[in-house]
Amino acid sequence: MINDTVVELSRWQFAATALYHFLFVPLTLGLSLMLAAMETVYVTTGREIYKRMTQFWGKLFLINFALGVATGLTMEFEFGTNWSFYSSFVGDTFGAPLAIEGLMAFFMESTFVGLMLFGWDRLSRAQHLAVTYLVALGSNLSALWILVANGFMQDPQGARFNPLTMRMELSSFSDLIFSADAQSKFVHTSVAGYVTAAMFVAGISAYYMLRNRHMELAKRSFRMAALFGVLATAGVITLGDALGFVGGHAQPAKLAAMEALWKSEPAPMAFNVVAAPSQSARTNLWSVQVPGALSLLVTHSLDGTVPGADALERQAAVRIRNGIPAVEALQQLSRNPGDAQALAQFKAHERDLGFGFLVQRYAPGQDASKATPADIERAARETIPEMWPVFWSFRLMVGLGLLMLAYFILAVIYTLRNDVERKRGFLRLALWAIPVPFIACEMGWLVAEIGRQPWTVFQVLPTWMSASTHSVAYMVFSLTGFVVLYSIFIAIEMYLMVRTVRAGPHEPAHAGS
Amino acid sequence: METYLLLKVLWWLLLGALLMGLAIMVGMDMGVGTILRWVGRTDAERRVALNIVGPHWDGNQVWFILGGGAILAAWPLIYATAFSGLYVVMLLLLWSMIVRPLGFEYRSKLRSARWRGAWDWSLFVSGFVPMLVFGAAIGNMLQGVPFHFSWNLTSYYTGSFIALFNPFAILCGLLSVAMAVFMGAVTVMNGAEGAMHGRARQLALWAGVAAVVLFSIGGLWVSGMSGYHLVRGPDLGAAQTPLQQVVERARGDWLGNFSVHPILWLVPAAGYAGVLLGTWAARRNLSHLAWWLGALGWIGVIGTVGAAMFPFMMPSSSDPSQSLTVWNASSSAHTLTWMLGFTLVFLPLVIWYTGWAFWVMRGKVTTQHVESDEHAY
Repeated sequence: MINDTVVELSRWQFAATALYHFLFVPLTLGLSLMLAAMETVYVTTGREIYKRMTQFWGKLFLINFALGVATGLTMEFEFGTNWSFYSSFVGDTFGAPLAIEGLMAFFMESTFVGLMLFGWDRLSRAQHLAVTYLVALGSNLSALWILVANGFMQDPQGARFNPLTMRMELSSFSDLIFSADAQSKFVHTSVAGYVTAAMFVAGISAYYMLRNRHMELAKRSFRMAALFGVLATAGVITLGDALGFVGGHAQPAKLAAMEALWKSEPAPMAFNVVAAPSQSARTNLWSVQVPGALSLLVTHSLDGTVPGADALERQAAVRIRNGIPAVEALQQLSRNPGDAQALAQFKAHERDLGFGFLVQRYAPGQDASKATPADIERAARETIPEMWPVFWSFRLMVGLGLLMLAYFILAVIYTLRNDVERKRGFLRLALWAIPVPFIACEMGWLVAEIGRQPWTVFQVLPTWMSASTHSVAYMVFSLTGFVVLYSIFIAIEMYLMVRTVRAGPHEPAHAGS
Repeated sequence: METYLLLKVLWWLLLGALLMGLAIMVGMDMGVGTILRWVGRTDAERRVALNIVGPHWDGNQVWFILGGGAILAAWPLIYATAFSGLYVVMLLLLWSMIVRPLGFEYRSKLRSARWRGAWDWSLFVSGFVPMLVFGAAIGNMLQGVPFHFSWNLTSYYTGSFIALFNPFAILCGLLSVAMAVFMGAVTVMNGAEGAMHGRARQLALWAGVAAVVLFSIGGLWVSGMSGYHLVRGPDLGAAQTPLQQVVERARGDWLGNFSVHPILWLVPAAGYAGVLLGTWAARRNLSHLAWWLGALGWIGVIGTVGAAMFPFMMPSSSDPSQSLTVWNASSSAHTLTWMLGFTLVFLPLVIWYTGWAFWVMRGKVTTQHVESDEHAY
């Protein structure tokens, strides 16, 4: 029997450790690329200031990178420690991109980051520049493979269930890596990292300009960040729209939750600007709507429609009924792999196996074959993710994205007019806005992952079945341990960041600030 | 069928190579962490030790991360069963290991002696504990771990957390620590001069002797221990689950492969030769040679475990017939083939640029250098 509390605690632990890890990753992705850009200017023009910029931002890069690496260790093993059924069920497919990430990307990034730090006096300029580029390439390739793995959870392409080994097995490697969801999510996420780095560099440069310190370095860094940021933010919004389009098609329940769409409607559908979705009442308690706008936004036409939660629940109930015989046949096959009749029954219902697993949770004795109509209805309702967190995280992410676009447009105008150091209000805003892209990234993770519930692998494996069979005590112990350790770490990291920023870049002895 | 059988064996060998790479490269850095407080008496000396491995620890650590990813991809049932079954031990490993990147990056950022002292202790813990757990985990695999599967291969671990720290497991853990300390000490000999070099040499000699003694006791213990043998099961090259075989236990089973193929005795012999000659080389101040011999020692020690256990990977002590073997725990042929392709292309590349990085950073690290370089740890 699976214990709901253990599953719940495992989910909290995974969310906490993943969200925490994802505080450091976007900055690494973007800042590595900005370091490469700064150093390119240094190597091509030979101007010392760009070397100092590379070294100063490189220092902050490494403080952040250390925690990214440290918390990444947890992620690589957490599927096994806490999601063991998930791991054995999809490891054949999901493990491949994870292993390739280590082999192709993370080795490159980590080996060359050592040379980037220690190699200034040992490598020629061109060699050091190449090393910095390899760090940036490594971190971005790393994101690619991780998001291919995540893309499989969102829209499982390239795998097929094998009843003889009881798991999803790789059927097409190219379908796995070129899955539309994986690719659109990779570009959206990595470009979100570039936005994060641009806001970070712009904000700290603004801090120096406000205090009239390190003016040359600050102005040049700010300009670079503004140009990089405006392109990245425009990109992240466009790519996010494309991801919504792709993801909405693959996961209609997530789209319904993002838009608080309880009831299917004829075109053109109204858009909920803000709303208070109630999961128990299956409706919005209140909402502010723009007529017709939803069709335009999600289907890019006025006569397109997307299904609401009501229609999706009805479809799920049909698939649950069809999935129950698949689970029964699989149980027979487990006892006797040669049972031809069971195999035929399994083949006939294979497509809905995941839905059969889903209803086990509510069936008497967690036995799918004993599921009552009430259990089936309950499981069907569960296929709609909790709407309010998805709806509001999505709005917060998009809202912050649009604000950042406005911010970067202003930043570009000011920096090109060369009077940004006089816009003190704007500079103060820039400093205080540093957390904004981090919040937006975390919100993006929440939309993607809460929106996929109740599945770990969409329509293939329910979250409820995926967790390891630990005791509640073990889970309380580990969750507490992670919270305590990670809280200490972030306090130390923030302290060192602030201290390094306050100390400022190393200025050559002869020059004034 | 035949191809799949071959792929399974090939991936078993690659898993061995991965564990050896991990033990050699990560073990060396962890060895330096373990002896940091003793090989370096002053702050400057400790910084020398840290900066010897400074440019490389991060790249080396990827062996460990790749270990996780590759086991998930090639041996999903092992990944799932071992890491969840050894839960609290895995937490100890992770919690101690995640302190290490911070120790390297943050330690020398502040001048305060208390700050640096605290990080030195954390570098000790994050070197000693993971190597102890690494060895203890392998020791537990040799003895078997209490777990079983339900009909759909959900795994259940039925032992306690304390049982994982039994005397034999601790012996294996200490062997692993001794090997790591040996490698760490000869690495410090390579990069340091004067008094530090002498202290590192002393530590290398002690660690080498300890490793030989522990390896010998472990060998005797294993020869008398109750091992496992496969009675019958599905065709070796067929797709299968651990629910379809019969396994029995008997004393001396772990010597079975050696009596069938006496040539396998060369594997433990390589372990002895590596550590003994390595210790001799350290005594003669041939630290580069000692490093390579130490690596040979690791290959022999880990190879010995593999040769003894094959085809078992994670035997179940509570339900031996559900033991995980090379035949029933691997991924599909399709996945193993793709992963093999990537390994053949990228592993040589990794070894090549790692070698280049070591070559670029070759030479001695001195206290003057550490104090004048603003990038140093």
